[in-house]
Amino acid sequence: MVDNERAPDPEAALDRAFMALGDPVRRAIVARLSRGEATVNELAALFPITKQAVSRHIGVLEDAGLITRSRDGQRRPCHLDPAALEALTSWIDGYRLAAESRFRRLDAVLETLKEQEER
Amino acid sequence: MSTHPTTITAPNGTPFLEVTRDFDATPARVFRAVTEPELVAQWLGPRDLQIDIEEYDARPGGRYRYTHHGGHLGDQRASFHGVFHTVRRDELIIQTFEYEGVPDEVALEIHRFSVVDGRTRLTQRSVFPSLETRDGALAAGMTGGIEDSMNRLAELLEREV
Repeated sequence: MVDNERAPDPEAALDRAFMALGDPVRRAIVARLSRGEATVNELAALFPITKQAVSRHIGVLEDAGLITRSRDGQRRPCHLDPAALEALTSWIDGYRLAAESRFRRLDAVLETLKEQEER
Repeated sequence: MSTHPTTITAPNGTPFLEVTRDFDATPARVFRAVTEPELVAQWLGPRDLQIDIEEYDARPGGRYRYTHHGGHLGDQRASFHGVFHTVRRDELIIQTFEYEGVPDEVALEIHRFSVVDGRTRLTQRSVFPSLETRDGALAAGMTGGIEDSMNRLAELLEREV
């Protein structure tokens, strides 16, 4: 679970990632990038805020390790880092989903018991 | 049949893990579902796996052992065993828990049943022998959930834009 080379302190990395996603504009940027790369200009066009403000949001996401930027001629498109997101979502959701799935089946068992007992 | 949210707490720097969930059933019915082996077999463990319960004697001093196989485990088999320390009908179960793949790392599990708003609240607190064991258990529990969580994230992101 802990990738020592990339994230020497996984707790701090998670803190940064959660903080980065605690903003609706940054979540919307991540949502847009989940469908494919985009430049700062393309992203800025989506929001009624200045390009500078969008750039700052991108910087926060970049520092959090959630997105990366590459060079493509004059373009410097932003990409989502699926591995970083996976680490994040698996941490918050993986264990809970496993428990949830178990408990849903327990719900079903209890429902069956109820029907049997009421008969 | 309604479903209630599952709450998981794993405080930093502690070897604790607490899972809380409400059920639309009486404590007696929940107690049956978590102590009778033929009922336990219907819900315990990841959905894609088969379970063989070799022993499940939910009485003070009684033992349990079960094995998961199939699904994402492939050719592997994962066995778990422990001893019931306290079994108080409709109230409390205290048992040990050991994954045989990580021998000697025995956790203590405390399952409490309480009535909240006419529902039964099941609170499961696990005390692991070390932080590493707890984080290992959390990581292992994740494996089945990662794909689901990515799908859910995708859905969430679809809604946001």
